[in-house]
Amino acid sequence: MSHPVLHVDQVTKRFGGFTAVDNVSLTLRPGERFGLIGPNGSGKTTLINCISGALRSTEGRVTFDGHDVSTLPAYKRTRRGIARSFQIPRPFKSMTVLENLLVAIDFAAVGHGLNARQQESEVTAILDKMGLGSKTHVLSSQLSQVELRKMELARAVASRPKLLISDEAMAGLSSSEIDEVLDLLIALNKDGITIIMIEHIMHAVMRFSDRVLCMEAGRVIAEGAPKDVMANPRVQEAYLGV
Amino acid sequence: MRGNGFWLAAAAFISAAYGLTVFATNDYVFFAGYIILQFMVLATAWNILGGYAGYVNFGTNAFFGLGVYTAVFMAKAFGAPLLLQILVAGLVGAVLGFAVGLLTLRMHGIFFSIATIAMSIIIETFIINWKFVGGASGVQLLRPPPTAPFDSYIRMLFVIAAVMVVLAVAVARYVQNSWIGRGLRAVRDDEIAAECTGVPTLQLKLLACSISGFFLCAMGAPAAMYLQYADPASAFNLNYSVSALAMSLIGGTAHWIGPLLGALLLASTQQLLTVTISSEVNVLVLGLMLVLFVVGAPDGLIGLYRRFFKPKSSDPSGGSSAP
Ligand SMILES: Nc1ncnc2c1ncn2[C@@H]1O[C@H](COP(=O)(O)OP(=O)(O)OP(=O)(O)O)[C@@H](O)[C@H]1O
Ligand SMILES: [Mg+2]
Repeated sequence: MSHPVLHVDQVTKRFGGFTAVDNVSLTLRPGERFGLIGPNGSGKTTLINCISGALRSTEGRVTFDGHDVSTLPAYKRTRRGIARSFQIPRPFKSMTVLENLLVAIDFAAVGHGLNARQQESEVTAILDKMGLGSKTHVLSSQLSQVELRKMELARAVASRPKLLISDEAMAGLSSSEIDEVLDLLIALNKDGITIIMIEHIMHAVMRFSDRVLCMEAGRVIAEGAPKDVMANPRVQEAYLGV
Repeated sequence: MRGNGFWLAAAAFISAAYGLTVFATNDYVFFAGYIILQFMVLATAWNILGGYAGYVNFGTNAFFGLGVYTAVFMAKAFGAPLLLQILVAGLVGAVLGFAVGLLTLRMHGIFFSIATIAMSIIIETFIINWKFVGGASGVQLLRPPPTAPFDSYIRMLFVIAAVMVVLAVAVARYVQNSWIGRGLRAVRDDEIAAECTGVPTLQLKLLACSISGFFLCAMGAPAAMYLQYADPASAFNLNYSVSALAMSLIGGTAHWIGPLLGALLLASTQQLLTVTISSEVNVLVLGLMLVLFVVGAPDGLIGLYRRFFKPKSSDPSGGSSAP
């Protein structure tokens, strides 16, 4: 068996006295499609903040690609291959779509030694793939909701990640747009990127995931094959009990 | 091509400044011109942090004043020549800038700005209580004879200020067009997203603060010999902070040309008003113009230029990709 791409080992995150993530462990195999679910406020975003480095975990360890990254700042984790999108999109508003992606290429894919022309053609390729080709030179502040979501994913992809974490990239989208984004994530996974998908839209989670983990109040309450997790009475209770 | 154009313009600028010192008969033009050049440097340097990175530094006066007193100290303690005073002041400013950069770890927006005001009060208080450099009452300075080829000290200062303008603008331009500038813009737009996109935000902010601090402080050094006098109240005058900020905003912060134009416009207006009406009216004019621009042209002169002289569709990327 190949070694895990990500190993989260008993990670806890407290805000003051409040425990948002409570002793969570998980292990991802390379190329896996992993669904992370749980009711609002259950700690999903906080957990991936601890993985991506946007927050430091209070306890526990995060091992990525065989290296302990727990104490690394976010930018170093990104350079090692952890990329993410944000639940509420965070574009670089004063920049065009092209420039947003160039930030990732300049800084995250820094070791790849591309010249300016290669950079632009790489960005163009990513944007075409994401269906954003026509928006290359548009200011990111002028994008629609679905375009913003796609640009966030495109920017993450531009950093050449091994692991991509998508935080509710489909929230607020129409059902055809949801399918579009879902197809994108599946295509990226086919290119060899391991993906964690946080999502409330259950049919998307079911279609996407090889494996699902459900959190409630910071804890893991179920993990396994999508069907089994959905059938789990605790999961059903957590969702219905909200 | 464009790079050569810049350096040609820079060479022409310095030559013109030098030519003026050879041919002009009246010294007044150098007293007034020096101040305009000084504000060009201050606004350009301020903009590297305030404009590119979006951290509004209200402590320009702390850097400037510290530069003045570094020069006073170097002159009194070691009889150091002017160029050495300027260089040492620059280094002191870079160190202070680095310290200010560390503040950005925990403080953003208005909190950062307030911290820079507090910093300037602390530094001024320190100088007020330092007897060796004259304390609160200030210190008189004697100009040494000017260095050849100059035969007048003020003319020499004028050319030095012109060279400093070129250096500051060259550095600002380099920062803006390099990966540093792109990273700083990412920081300004969204620091968390920048960090998660691989931008070493802290390092870039420290770099921007140090570069900015270098020039703000270096420009303070020749002010001591310009006035032949230094006292804390004028060296640490809040006017420097307000002016550097206002000039950058009025010119436009997205491009290095903005602060340059803003300083040219405002400082010359002020010089004119000082002669024709009074120096008190300066602050009023500064305030009025700032309000006018914030309301009517939030992107400054650069924004106005783009709105009126550029077809909208041809350059949707705005100023970002400009040289
Ligand atoms: N910076 C913070 N400071 C204090 N509390 C926080 C902070 N960030 C998150 N929390 C709290 O931690 C808990 C978990 O939040 P989190 O955003 O991780 O949930 P989530 O599972 O992503 O929810 P959602 O599905 O609504 O996005 C919430 O109660 C939230 O209020
Ligand atoms: Mg969330």
